[in-house]
Amino acid sequence: MDTDSSALQLVLTGDPGLYAIVALSLIVSLTALAFAAVIGIPFGAALALVRFPGREAIIVVLNALMGLPPVVVGLAVFLLLSRSGPLGSWGLLFTPQAMIIAQTVMVAPIIAALTRQTVEDLWAEYRDELTAMNVGPAARIATLIWDARFSLTTALLAGFGRAAAEVGAIIIVGGNIDGFTRTMTTAIALETSKGDLPLAIGLGMVLLTIIVIINALAWGARRLGERLAG
Amino acid sequence: MNMRAPASDLPVALADVSVNVGQVTLIDHISMQIAHGAPTVLIGPNGAGKTTLLRVVMGLIAPSQGRITWAGREEAPSDRRAIVFQRPVMLRRSAAANVRYGLSAASRPKAGERAAELLALVGLSGLERRPARRLSGGEQQRLALARALARDPDLLLLDEPTASLDPAATKAIEDIVRSVAARDVKVMMSTHDLGQARRIGGEVVLLHRGRLIEHGAAATFFANPEAEETRRFIAGELLV
Repeated sequence: MDTDSSALQLVLTGDPGLYAIVALSLIVSLTALAFAAVIGIPFGAALALVRFPGREAIIVVLNALMGLPPVVVGLAVFLLLSRSGPLGSWGLLFTPQAMIIAQTVMVAPIIAALTRQTVEDLWAEYRDELTAMNVGPAARIATLIWDARFSLTTALLAGFGRAAAEVGAIIIVGGNIDGFTRTMTTAIALETSKGDLPLAIGLGMVLLTIIVIINALAWGARRLGERLAG
Repeated sequence: MNMRAPASDLPVALADVSVNVGQVTLIDHISMQIAHGAPTVLIGPNGAGKTTLLRVVMGLIAPSQGRITWAGREEAPSDRRAIVFQRPVMLRRSAAANVRYGLSAASRPKAGERAAELLALVGLSGLERRPARRLSGGEQQRLALARALARDPDLLLLDEPTASLDPAATKAIEDIVRSVAARDVKVMMSTHDLGQARRIGGEVVLLHRGRLIEHGAAATFFANPEAEETRRFIAGELLV
């Protein structure tokens, strides 16, 4: 049996080891995405509307953070969570929680930067109306986030893509422990180095399929939402 | 019964108001008073300052010189003024939700019932759940009117509300304006359409290059204009 058919068999037979890895990967990346959205969307929207000294510099830094190298994030979170680090007492190093923290740090700037741009463009359109209606700052931010919700799905997808595809950060803070912190990307890296190509290819197929399905669902939801809400 | 905000904004008094942007003068030493009564119609060619004047009266633009007061007060924010822009922006939600948003922004109670009343007033009953951005241009203008009326204003400012609308849609808007004016809401609107100024206006203001050329009761304004520019404008000549 060749490598490709072995990989396919692993996927189709529902190999428990493979699907445990897939489940953990989704839990980590989707949880990180949720945290990053809760942090990044309001921050990006506020940055779009509020004017203060140093705002431009923050925007430049935020945009630059979209390209944060995962291994640097991994290293920073590792130092933070290591036994001698400031949060070492939490005992989170080499746990899925540490992986979620690392991915949140990576994804939040992406969501914040894309939200800032989206909301700023929408604010240019809405400024007169909302000002004329005496809408206060907090309500403006809430209104713009709500009305930009379909565009913001793109930011969320970009964030999910970044989280689901990265390996550098989570392998440092998670440790790639079998059955505990092993995800699709860390397993692909490990199995490839070990020469177990069927499992690596099978995980690669699943990863690509999941990303395509999530993008398709988000696209469909966006189109449906636009049709219903205008 | 509607809960109305306590303080009226009328009369609005402009004293020697100018608006300058850099070296450009948009409004040039205008003094006038806007009080309760029949609609005031602003006419004039493009760039005359109609939109800027409406924004000054709304409190969206502060005068560069001069003074504006609303019922003697100088503070700009108010729930008693509303404006419909020439190209109103529809929020990305249903027609009814747009009106409810206006009600909520003005802290008006019973948003659901009131939204239905306002949509009925502007002839949009049955379109409550339609996405606002999918309405026709005329319907969007009427929805913008309903949203503005959600503020329960005593001064309603309309910036060329029928520009680019067909005659039927124009008539619908004019009917609403008359209906609103009959409810003791002061309407101040700009238009390029002299016929509309005759049909709607209780008083007419001609602006040209930011200056107030003539301001008077509509009958007098059209029958016995005082200024040469007014005579030429009414005669259909181009003011440049």
